[in-house]
Amino acid sequence: MTKLVTNAAGREVPAEINGVEAVPFLGVGAHRPTGRKAAPPISVCQDFPYDGDKTVQDLKTALVNAGLKDGMTISSHHHLRDGDMVANQVFAAAAELGIKDLRWFPSAAFPCHAPLIDLMEQGVIHHIEGSMNGPLGAYCSEGRMRGMGVLRSHGGRWQAIQDGEVHIDIAVIAAPTADPFGNATGDRGPTACGLLGFALADSQYADHVIVVTDNLVEFPCIPWQIQGNNVDQVVVLDQIGDAGRIVSGTTQITRSPDRLLIAELTARFCDEAGIVRDGFSFQAGAGGTALSFALFLRDIMRERRIKARFVRGGSTQYLVDMLEEGLTDFILDGQTFDLEGVRSMRENPGHVNTSPFTSYNWHGKGNFASMLDAVVLGATEVDVNFNANVVTHSDGRLLHGIGGWQNCLFSKCTILPVPSFRDRIPVIVDRVTTLTGPGELIDVIVTERGICINPLRCDLIDAVRGSSLPLRDIHELKSEIEDIVGGPPDKPVLGDKITAAIKWVDGTIIDCVRQVRA
Amino acid sequence: MGIRGEAGTRGSTVRSDCWVAVDIRDHGELEICLSSKVEGMYGARIRSRLLEGCQVLGVDHGRVEVEDMGALEWVLDARLECAVRRARPDTPAEFLPPGSGLAHAATPRDRLRRSRLYLPGNQPKLMLNAGLHGPDGVILDLEDAVAPAEKDSARVLVRNALRRVDFHGAERMVRINQGPRGLEDLPWIIPHHVHVVLVPKVENPAQVIAVAEGIAEIDHLHDVWIMPIIESALGAWKAYEIATAHPSVVALAVGLEDYTADIGVPRTLEGRESFWARSQIVNAAIAAGVQPIDTVFSDVADEAGLRSSVAEAKALGFVGKGCIHPRQIGPVHEAFAPGVAEISRARDIVLAFEDAEKRGLGVVALGSKMIDAPVVKRALTTIRTAIGVGLLADDWRDTHQEIPE
Repeated sequence: MTKLVTNAAGREVPAEINGVEAVPFLGVGAHRPTGRKAAPPISVCQDFPYDGDKTVQDLKTALVNAGLKDGMTISSHHHLRDGDMVANQVFAAAAELGIKDLRWFPSAAFPCHAPLIDLMEQGVIHHIEGSMNGPLGAYCSEGRMRGMGVLRSHGGRWQAIQDGEVHIDIAVIAAPTADPFGNATGDRGPTACGLLGFALADSQYADHVIVVTDNLVEFPCIPWQIQGNNVDQVVVLDQIGDAGRIVSGTTQITRSPDRLLIAELTARFCDEAGIVRDGFSFQAGAGGTALSFALFLRDIMRERRIKARFVRGGSTQYLVDMLEEGLTDFILDGQTFDLEGVRSMRENPGHVNTSPFTSYNWHGKGNFASMLDAVVLGATEVDVNFNANVVTHSDGRLLHGIGGWQNCLFSKCTILPVPSFRDRIPVIVDRVTTLTGPGELIDVIVTERGICINPLRCDLIDAVRGSSLPLRDIHELKSEIEDIVGGPPDKPVLGDKITAAIKWVDGTIIDCVRQVRA
Repeated sequence: MGIRGEAGTRGSTVRSDCWVAVDIRDHGELEICLSSKVEGMYGARIRSRLLEGCQVLGVDHGRVEVEDMGALEWVLDARLECAVRRARPDTPAEFLPPGSGLAHAATPRDRLRRSRLYLPGNQPKLMLNAGLHGPDGVILDLEDAVAPAEKDSARVLVRNALRRVDFHGAERMVRINQGPRGLEDLPWIIPHHVHVVLVPKVENPAQVIAVAEGIAEIDHLHDVWIMPIIESALGAWKAYEIATAHPSVVALAVGLEDYTADIGVPRTLEGRESFWARSQIVNAAIAAGVQPIDTVFSDVADEAGLRSSVAEAKALGFVGKGCIHPRQIGPVHEAFAPGVAEISRARDIVLAFEDAEKRGLGVVALGSKMIDAPVVKRALTTIRTAIGVGLLADDWRDTHQEIPE
């Protein structure tokens, strides 16, 4: 049995993760690490070809050259999203070499990685530290993974690498375009995905770095998002990804009337609260509601002739349109969701690629997320104290990763536009199933039945007083919903086994996920 | 062997609905076989509700199989009842969900009826939040939006929706079926707090009278209004007789899909082919003292087209428009709202009229112009509408209020 401790949020969490002691969540801003950052070993130029050609024949050779051994940590990244063909091949090569007990440290895993379940069954992979959904999420949720999973935010992943909490033995970076020296970019090539920011930390801190590309260009690869001087080897494959599943041709706004209503209310809230003014900034994701929010906001900006200083992406054609129309000076992009976003990043100097270091890392000298005037995020559940869950369904099953979600909570105004219930499942509850973000950082909940402002934000309450916005008390809203769905839901019956730990931005454990019944 | 009935919708894409199959036997156990998306949260409650329903509906032996994709309880109740009725059509009892506790009262005859949102009678998901979009009325549709094979199922679902769903102040309307089937719809809906019954394809006053008499025979808590829909050449010809057929008629609506089919021409965006019918219906309605209501605008994506269509309807004299998507409601309300200049002029006219009355003058003048009585009447209507839609405060006489653009 794993030893449990109660953290500052009142959640029982494991005292150690996979045999290593871990710090429980101590409260927002309470954990202050000391010491120095991790660093990779010193390299010497004479060990690398002076002509700059670091290509090797295949992945297996590259892994052997890298000194792959049982129990090592291999990292990979999700900028190719559900079209990624690299991670599966890396672990298949490791399996052929007879390697066991690897830790896979992806920035996120997708349904395309389902074949790795077999390699976990065979013992090649011991466990995954990264967000898991779909088949891998089910595998972990049902307690079938040998080790405990660890879910981190994008910023938390950088923090873990930088602080030496996760030591990466071998980083494998899928690159849509690269040169033989290892300079690499994601904004062009047949599998262009936009940017490679998720791989940046790995390229700087891993012991060994392998770039894998299907579009090798002559030195120099310009621009380079990954610097070849950090790269040990380059492998060329026929195809690193399925373009159709990397970016979508077009991103779609929601057609659901209820979600459009929520998006419209969110934009109106921003306007009434005085957030929409010249030089402001915001971030909204690529989900249907968030995209529609951006469009409603755009209409307000056009009408009132307001220009933003910067918008943070996930970029889509809608943000690109705003940039090209002159409604914002910059897009500071974290990942690119459609082809228009990729094109814009390649062509427009105002479309800037960023990384989890610049945007999200909590153990740095500031980050961009906290400068945002407003951020619009999703959630599966929110409780009456404004705590939110973004990682599990209400039944405790892993649903999706944290992404930049936790990091964005530090913005000046964090807004969660959510339906108040989905089918029969209430979204506003007494206590969230899995705590992912503390309520003190969540300012506004916008539902189709009205807007709840966190009582801690007296300034926001004052700002919208007297407006025509439908403001609601969250307790009152919760009972209205319970009346509709037929009472508060029964809590899920979960097993004792802890299947995954949920990290806070500072590396402490904010909550954990327990085994569900298959 | 028992008798079997099935109802509802099934499959992985279904949401907020369920599928129920009932095998009624004359001996043995009563077995409940449930697979639910919300098993962990509401499984126990669903099972006990199903057992309660079986008891009320007189199913003591057999098997009830349910595939639930997050249906609310009133939906589950409706699907169970429909499945039982399909197995055993002579089932006497109704399995009524508890009343919502909302106040029951009739709506005023001349209530604002700018927008009425159509909701297909057999689709629970669209009903849940319909009122939140702020339509003047919601129409639970038993007619064209329901497939012939699902008419029975829609009746039960609409009845339960009327009992359970909060439409947030929208006028509660039901469009019944044509002819005898429409009269058979009435007992399912009239006892459950309906404000307006829409009668489709009306061509003569007798159809309205039959519905009015049908309503009178059923216990109900308050006045139920009737809105006949004119959808044919004959109906248009007899519009005035239809509008005056019964005192419960409050509005006359036009349906152009069927009308254009009836006169044998395609329906165009410009609408010249229906100009006479629409004008005729406006005239008949006004002459009868009821509201003239325009047809729906069917291209949901074309907001500009919708706005010009409503502007045209308003210019012809209509006071309302049908909506087939919640996003049409805002543009419809905006287009029907009186403009700033219109309100401002109406305000001056009404003030001048009241001043003349106070001073006992027989003639109303504004500046150097004489104001005729019908102009005053129209100004009063504009003021009433402006107050109704919140463009003017109730106490507009005492404050010099800026009219929002």
